[in-house]
Amino acid sequence: MKQYPIKIIVNGKSREISVTADETLLDTLRSKLDVFEVKNGCEQGDCGACTVLIEGIAVNSCLTLAIQADGKEVTTVKGIGTDENPHPLQESFHKYGASQCGFCTPGMITSAKALLDENPNPSLNEIKNGISGNFCRCTGYTKIFDAIESVTNENQS
Amino acid sequence: MSKKNFNIIGNPFPRHDAWDKILGETLYAEDFTLSNMLHLKILRSAHPAAKLLSIDTSHAEQLPGVEVVLTAKDVPNNETVTKFGQTHDVGGFAGFSRALADKKIRFIGEAVAIVAAIDVKTATKALKLIKVEYEPLEGVFDPEEALKDDAYKVGEEDTNLICNYKVRKGDIEKGFKQADVIVENTYRVPMVDHAYIEPESGVAWMAEDKVITIRSATQVIEHFRGIAEILGVPHNRVRVIAPMVGGGFGGKEDITVETFLALVVLKTGKPATLTYTREESLIAHSKRHAYVMKYKTGATKDGKLVAMEAELIQDAGGYIYLSPWVLLYSTVKATGPYDITHVKVDTCSVLTNNTFGSANRGFGGPQPCFAYESQLNELAKLLNMTPLDIRKKNFLHSGDALATGRVLEHAVETEATAEKALVALGKPTKSKESHIKIGQGFAASMMSYGRNNFIHDTSRSYVGVELDGTVVVRCGVQDIGCGQCSSLAQIAAEVLGVALSDVSVYYGDSALTPLAGTTTATRQLYMSGNATWKAAKVVRNNLARIAGEQLKTKPTNLVFKGNKITAPDGNSLSLDTVIKSCAGQGIELYAIEQFNAPAKDLINFKTGQGQVFSDFTFGTIAMEVAVDTETGKVDVLKIISCFDVGQCVNPLSVEGQMEGGAIYGLGYGMCEDVILNKGITMTPSLGEYILPSSMDVPKVQTITIESGGGVGPFGAKGIGEPSCVPAAAAFSNAVADAIGQRIFDLPVTPERIVRALHKI
Repeated sequence: MKQYPIKIIVNGKSREISVTADETLLDTLRSKLDVFEVKNGCEQGDCGACTVLIEGIAVNSCLTLAIQADGKEVTTVKGIGTDENPHPLQESFHKYGASQCGFCTPGMITSAKALLDENPNPSLNEIKNGISGNFCRCTGYTKIFDAIESVTNENQS
Repeated sequence: MSKKNFNIIGNPFPRHDAWDKILGETLYAEDFTLSNMLHLKILRSAHPAAKLLSIDTSHAEQLPGVEVVLTAKDVPNNETVTKFGQTHDVGGFAGFSRALADKKIRFIGEAVAIVAAIDVKTATKALKLIKVEYEPLEGVFDPEEALKDDAYKVGEEDTNLICNYKVRKGDIEKGFKQADVIVENTYRVPMVDHAYIEPESGVAWMAEDKVITIRSATQVIEHFRGIAEILGVPHNRVRVIAPMVGGGFGGKEDITVETFLALVVLKTGKPATLTYTREESLIAHSKRHAYVMKYKTGATKDGKLVAMEAELIQDAGGYIYLSPWVLLYSTVKATGPYDITHVKVDTCSVLTNNTFGSANRGFGGPQPCFAYESQLNELAKLLNMTPLDIRKKNFLHSGDALATGRVLEHAVETEATAEKALVALGKPTKSKESHIKIGQGFAASMMSYGRNNFIHDTSRSYVGVELDGTVVVRCGVQDIGCGQCSSLAQIAAEVLGVALSDVSVYYGDSALTPLAGTTTATRQLYMSGNATWKAAKVVRNNLARIAGEQLKTKPTNLVFKGNKITAPDGNSLSLDTVIKSCAGQGIELYAIEQFNAPAKDLINFKTGQGQVFSDFTFGTIAMEVAVDTETGKVDVLKIISCFDVGQCVNPLSVEGQMEGGAIYGLGYGMCEDVILNKGITMTPSLGEYILPSSMDVPKVQTITIESGGGVGPFGAKGIGEPSCVPAAAAFSNAVADAIGQRIFDLPVTPERIVRALHKI
């Protein structure tokens, strides 16, 4: 199949690779770039485990073609925060026990980041709506709601 | 040790593995790669019942990039009979299974062939080139039909009946004669999926000395034995490693990808990888069993339960797997946490051509709980009593006996959990619109933790101290997200007086960590927690002996805290100083200890009399719902979960289990349903198989009782599975309260509500 050269900026680092026209961003990230923090849960856009930010917008990377990300900034949970400099959401997920098996966690934090960037003071219902594309099977969502609520502007000031 | 003296136990610590997960560092099964791996795809049967006439793999094998195609004839021991139990060969409990389909197809999606190729695309293309000739057969899809003499036979045997059990207490006829009111209904519960977010996955390779090594998402590394037997190699030539698992819930208790990977590695010598697609996971791996449950219960006019008769029919699907065990759990729990004068329980498991059933969180507990908790509310209604009052007249207490004759010698706080849950639930919210009806309901439950006593369950753990005062635990637990490893770290830290961050836990390796048994049956805190506690105590005693000599006090007077060992006079030694002294004297700085669950004889299968479990966890879930009587839509307004957990090792993890369990069980009550049409899965995606999302749930309020009366370390009881058991029944009871009518089938969907309300 014909290969197309593209450039993706993953967590601030420019990566140049060749992809096929039908290749998903999820596949490219995991198979070609070793970006394993982006999880493969269903490849059908139902579970949200593969959520990444493209230019700040949360998308399912399994429903995005790699070519669509050409020249764009792709941010994963590792781009949101690091061991030395974790994002407040990561601090709160840790403190509240919002991660159990942890498989949904990278996608969940990524969706929560997108929500807070757009709406720094979401109500509980807005939080529920903001992460409605991300399934979690372990936590029952309570501690995830708590963790996100705790880093809204209102609760931080 | 009283609670106030704990340093680590009972404190809400973030788990020691939490940062890795939150930063995206944890490498799950699919995140581990080797150079030049073969990519596997499985050809699956498109028929639920068929004769397998021939398989032609020649075209597929010729496709460039295909390494090998394997069918049943390539499997050294394709037919295996799994005996259950680690050390004890229990008669009558054997599960026949095939690695790859042969002769007769028994369910949709049964594995027919394995393709190994250079990439997934090539393997997928090759699947289409395999020619399989089937002769479709009529099949049988209804367990009650399957029980009839002239029914289609699913397997090669002349009956579809797998097994049956009975419980007999008193005289059931006499019991119903004593009853002033009797309710009788049939309840149907569907097959449901585990729907962990991480699909089944693994990587395998041939390691040095011809050890086939499999790193997979599993709850049971000890499948290495079964895999070795299928391969026809010695047990010590298969090694299974379980990394952090992205959710288990019983679905990774049976072998999934491991055998397929191992067969390819054995055949080719090359590393191999396989991850199920979500569709494959929903269609072809195990499910929670569907049951038909016929219940008849009688009570006197003051609410005393005098008779309960139950008949449970379990749909095992195409293969046996863990069905007999799940059924045994249902049988023992069929009458719930109640003292009933006369009991007659008959249960059976039957093969059909549906997807096979096996372990799923609650392991046969949630099904009967929905039935008995519905019956109790129906009786309360007839007797004009509150649901709490009728239960209070019948709750079992410590010292009482189950219908199986087993006396509950440990803490039984069901009544307290119900009372606390209802206080927290409070008065019903007022509806602002006439078509929105508010309802409240609750359900009480009992669920075992730990496996059957007659299988002689064991776990082993290693605890050692390093020369710098840090601690190492080695224990073959599988961590499936419930904090199994972190709990062990807390226990070792508590006993040795160090910080949680001073403990490293090595886990989940059948070759290198002491075998700790399965992460199933809510058994790891109980079993491996006790083993770790024992091992840590041995190390502590060794250190205390030397420290006592130096501090001139009896070893039992010493306090281990803050990385120091302190004498009653206030003098202390740092832990690493004492460790170095011990090392210099050749004193053992490690211990491997085994914990054995109490062993009991096999129960009497004709009467159900005997002891099956070490102990139970009791609890209540209460809910408030708002039902739109025009559309049937239900909003869950409140969920309260109250359990006696004995002792919280980590309250944050306990709450997490209770919150997650409540929603897992809510899904069972509200929306989840693997719909099969003549054995064919109609819900093969997470768009069609409906899980509770963040939009469907309120925050769960948790209340823990710490009776100290469990058999786990520090008096802990297990909470993983018990936390989900009563949720579906609570939801159903709340909806019944709202609409004034009961729905007897799960899930209680808007469609069923509208049909009930409008009699359509």
